[in-house]
Amino acid sequence: MIPPSFEYLKPRTVPEAISLLEEHGENAKILSGGQSLIPMMKFRLARPGWLIDINHIPNLAYIREEGGYLKIGGLTREADIESSDLIRSKFPVLHDTAFVIADPQVRNLATIGGNLAHADPANDHPATMLALGAQVVATGRRGERIIPIEEFFVSIFTTALQHDEILTEIRVPVPPPGSGGAYFKVERKVGDFATAAVAAQATLDGQGVCQGVGIGMTNVGPIPIKARTAEGFLKGKTLTEITIAEASRLAAGDAQPSSDSRGPAEYKKALVKELTKRAINRAIERARQ
Amino acid sequence: MIQQTSPEIGGMGHSVKRKEDRRFIQGKGNYVDDVHLPEMVYGQLVRSPYAHARIKNINIENAKQVPGVLAVITGDDLAKAGLAWMPTLFFDKQMVLATGKVLFQAQEVAFVVAEDRYAAADAAELVEVEYEELPVLVDPHHSLDADAPILREDREQKSNHIFHWEVGDRLATQKAIEESLVKAKVDAVFQRCHPAPLETCGCVADFNTATGRLTVWLTSQAPHAHRTLFALVGGIPENNIRVISPDIGGGFGNKVPIYPGYVCAIVASLKLGRPVKWIETRSENLQSTGFARDYHMTAEIGADPDGTVKALRVKTLADHGAFNAAAQPTKFPAGLFSICTGSYQFPNAFCEVDGVYTNKAPGGIAYRCSFRVTEASYLIERAMDVLAYELKTDPAELRLKNFIPPEKFPYQTPLGWSYDSGNYRAAMDKALEMAGYRELRKEQEEKRKKGELMGIGVSSFTEVVGAGPSHTFDIVGIKMFDSCEIRIHPTGKAIARLGTKSQGQGHETTFPQIIAQELGIPVADITLEEGDTDTAPYGLGTYASRSTPVAGGATSMASRKIREKARKIAAHLLEVSEEDLEWEPGKFFVKGAPSKAKTIQDIAFAAYTNLPAGMEAGLEAVHYYDPPNLTFPFGTYICVVDIDKGTGEIKVRRFIAVDDCGNIINPMIVEGQIHGGLTEGLGIAFMQLISYDESGNVQGGNFMDYLLPTAVETPNWETGKTCTPSPHHPIGAKGVGESPNVGSPAAFVNAVVDALSHLGVRHIDMPITPWKVWQILKEKGMAE
Amino acid sequence: MPKTHHVRVRLNGVDHEADVDPRVLLVHFIRETAGLTGTHIGCDTSNCGACTVLLDGRPIKSCTLLAVQADGSDLTTVEGLMHDGQLHPIQEGFHQEHGLQCGFCTPGMMMSALALLGKNPNPTEQDIRWAISGNLCRCTGYQNIVKAIQYAGRKMQQGASA
Repeated sequence: MIPPSFEYLKPRTVPEAISLLEEHGENAKILSGGQSLIPMMKFRLARPGWLIDINHIPNLAYIREEGGYLKIGGLTREADIESSDLIRSKFPVLHDTAFVIADPQVRNLATIGGNLAHADPANDHPATMLALGAQVVATGRRGERIIPIEEFFVSIFTTALQHDEILTEIRVPVPPPGSGGAYFKVERKVGDFATAAVAAQATLDGQGVCQGVGIGMTNVGPIPIKARTAEGFLKGKTLTEITIAEASRLAAGDAQPSSDSRGPAEYKKALVKELTKRAINRAIERARQ
Repeated sequence: MIQQTSPEIGGMGHSVKRKEDRRFIQGKGNYVDDVHLPEMVYGQLVRSPYAHARIKNINIENAKQVPGVLAVITGDDLAKAGLAWMPTLFFDKQMVLATGKVLFQAQEVAFVVAEDRYAAADAAELVEVEYEELPVLVDPHHSLDADAPILREDREQKSNHIFHWEVGDRLATQKAIEESLVKAKVDAVFQRCHPAPLETCGCVADFNTATGRLTVWLTSQAPHAHRTLFALVGGIPENNIRVISPDIGGGFGNKVPIYPGYVCAIVASLKLGRPVKWIETRSENLQSTGFARDYHMTAEIGADPDGTVKALRVKTLADHGAFNAAAQPTKFPAGLFSICTGSYQFPNAFCEVDGVYTNKAPGGIAYRCSFRVTEASYLIERAMDVLAYELKTDPAELRLKNFIPPEKFPYQTPLGWSYDSGNYRAAMDKALEMAGYRELRKEQEEKRKKGELMGIGVSSFTEVVGAGPSHTFDIVGIKMFDSCEIRIHPTGKAIARLGTKSQGQGHETTFPQIIAQELGIPVADITLEEGDTDTAPYGLGTYASRSTPVAGGATSMASRKIREKARKIAAHLLEVSEEDLEWEPGKFFVKGAPSKAKTIQDIAFAAYTNLPAGMEAGLEAVHYYDPPNLTFPFGTYICVVDIDKGTGEIKVRRFIAVDDCGNIINPMIVEGQIHGGLTEGLGIAFMQLISYDESGNVQGGNFMDYLLPTAVETPNWETGKTCTPSPHHPIGAKGVGESPNVGSPAAFVNAVVDALSHLGVRHIDMPITPWKVWQILKEKGMAE
Repeated sequence: MPKTHHVRVRLNGVDHEADVDPRVLLVHFIRETAGLTGTHIGCDTSNCGACTVLLDGRPIKSCTLLAVQADGSDLTTVEGLMHDGQLHPIQEGFHQEHGLQCGFCTPGMMMSALALLGKNPNPTEQDIRWAISGNLCRCTGYQNIVKAIQYAGRKMQQGASA
């Protein structure tokens, strides 16, 4: 399959990329990893007139801890997140997530910025970032602005990014001691989008009381969903089989799946419930390690 | 008994490493899309977005304006040449490019040719087709309704009914079932699926205006048959057509039919006088070329309370889509489906099949299968499990009780087949032992007490392969023989050419092994060629596990012709009479004086240098082998699954496959075939589905939704074998490629149903997805 | 017509350059511009992995990358495996363990294997199965591919220690 024609632009700096976006308007699109965009172009479902390839802009791919945040450059490849020791040890939920995105070859090109900015509710990172309470750094003509992840996903395939902004960084607050997280995904086969998936990040005090919990859900609604009811319920409670079961039930209530070839809506709700339970349990296990 | 040859010779039974590997592992295979000719141009099909619609108008003007576009061909253009329709391989016809109306989504509507594939793709998008949508018929159960739209206006019969076919004794079977004290019934759909070889279909058609010859590089499992059909349909003299099947990236039945794209490329090359390449995209492959199955089946078994089966009745609705493009050469509309009595002694049986049209892609091809044997095997193996539940008996025990015993072979089935040989109990015993069946059942019992779900599935299939004897098969009247030509060079090396075509089966190694076995010439010294109709003897191709049973027979017989001449030359060289000579692989020697010997290499040299008086020079032979009967491989498969109650996910923990395919040419290759076929069976049981929504839109038209197993879902296969040679085959071989695909779906499904059988579950249709399992668990109160 | 771009890559150690339309996919550049047809196309959706090549040492799907994006990079395809007429241990492994049948997935599969063994010389069976989970094979059922990669791993370690 062959993409329609377009002009190709290769800026070397972020400001240059932004002015190209401004110059070419809605007809221009950022090319990051391209692992969603290029297939869509091959099917001629996306037909940008201008592709702005940001892969040649230096210093957009990094993973580092700084000022109480994990900072990940927008152009960081999923494979690098998967193999990062920092992420594996301190943000296991992120490692879990990167590992189940598509397949190894796709992860070598796909970027975390693209995964978020594409705003596909079936993508995996949004749920994790919702659970972690991340922030998105959007860079535009007037400099950087911080968008809390809860405000980032506007509707299907639409984010809070302005047309002339580029997602340059994701910031994840470094969790306090006694924290752990996990991502559980049910997929029809390896490499598939989730039938449903749940990310949970929990912080416990010495008595096992939940200081805070974040729960994000993949592909169970038009946008990635934060299970607020479940989160609210757990905060301040001791995490027991009973409270976790109740939180899982509430998370399923927060989900708004629709029926499709991956299964009926009712099944997906049941999955959310089961996967929330599994994710919280694994998160607790990791918090206690 | 097959005489053992040395590893240097590498005859039958040796795991000779494959000769064809060398080019493939260097990336030097030559597949159709690798063919590049000077002046070559590219074709792209325009396809219908609708499942059923009248074509009001086609505007090609904008498409023609795209730089590099050379031609845009429509159905009306083809109609002028009498080529708008082409015959299918089973008494129907099919539109090449639509005229009047379209009958399925992705149907071929126009063909654009351009200097490069990018321009062709752009122009195809600019062909404007005006459609008027018509009512869509998707469900075959409604095809015969009074208010169903009549799809095929071209037919005299104004109905969506294609055929009714029945075999067996209807009344006796009905009576036997009615009188049986125990009855079992199962309604099972074998879903529409697609073979999806990793290489899609395609061709390069090159009409040489200077010589008047047409050469077609084609993804073809049957190059000779395709040459003949091109000649018959296109009116080109057959001597002016050369079909070349180069390396083929998997076939599995997908590359047996002739597809509209091939015809369009040929027409375009005739028109332009330039080579035209047409290669399907994956989406086109899944949406328009030969689908498989779509059989909606009911089986009823009557049995005695002790488990002895008395009668089998099968009723089936066959959905063929818009055209009956069943690529099958049997004389029966439902192919070999009447093999459905399986491995069991049914005194009575009756089977009927009705074929219907729907607004779906045409086909009914044999996906790694001998023409509906997969459907039949799945049905009987499911039905036997349902009977076992009715009887509250162990499914393995029930099978053992009803197996046709070895002494009854050749066995005449009530539906007309003569099984050549079998020892079903031996295969079953071996599988049970390998699996540790008793322990598994014990484990299952304990797990059930704890509320855990584990299942064990058994399938004891009987296969029918080796199409085929001319009493049962033909393609446009051509008998289903196959052929082998062998030439021995003066230095004792050889070349063999066959009418078959490997798509990964390893023919370049296994057929030389047969020659090595028969003549003692080392495998390394034998070159094998297939796929070029200018050089290979006429044959019907490779599908339905027919290469070993048919072309293997031809290879053996051609070798024996050579050996007979070699005997005469040896007698001349050793100055003894022919009767005084004995043969061992590689040489003739004088009885009682083994040192007085002539090797096959000595004899080959003499065939060109020192012949007996009056003998023709040379050492070569050709043989066309029309098998006296089909062969009937068999086996027992045991599958163990664990089910995650929380998600409905199924894990195949173990799979034990004991196959009996008679004498084996190359054990390594046979095992590889079994691994591959089991993996396809796994995909079919749990993932692979081409479905349609109510508007006739294809669901599962690309690899994001048509799911194929990866290395992660695929378990380690545990293989074993028994050996019951075919009594009528020259080397006692039976064929194996499709067995694992035929026998395994029932094992997978039986295992999942078994895991849930204590809840009253008796059947689940494939593909068995986690959500289907979860729904059952919810219904039964096992899930929330 | 869009502006063409000059692309220069190092392909199996040899420089290739051409002016290309930006929409040309890397797989078409490799197969048609550079004439190396060992890299195959099996799907449209980056699912099958038949087009896998190494881009600066990492396996990627060349049907889902534009040739212009590969400008300046170092590419390895199946044709780059052999050295001095000697088969690479991975090629040898696929032959010895019957890790291929039709051969269509084989080049991409070997590229994934090469990347895996570069990172992890002694992978477990599960490591191998996950590493090739982006490569579909319709013939072998993967079992002998796993063995082929294990064979290559052993052989490469022996080679390294010798």
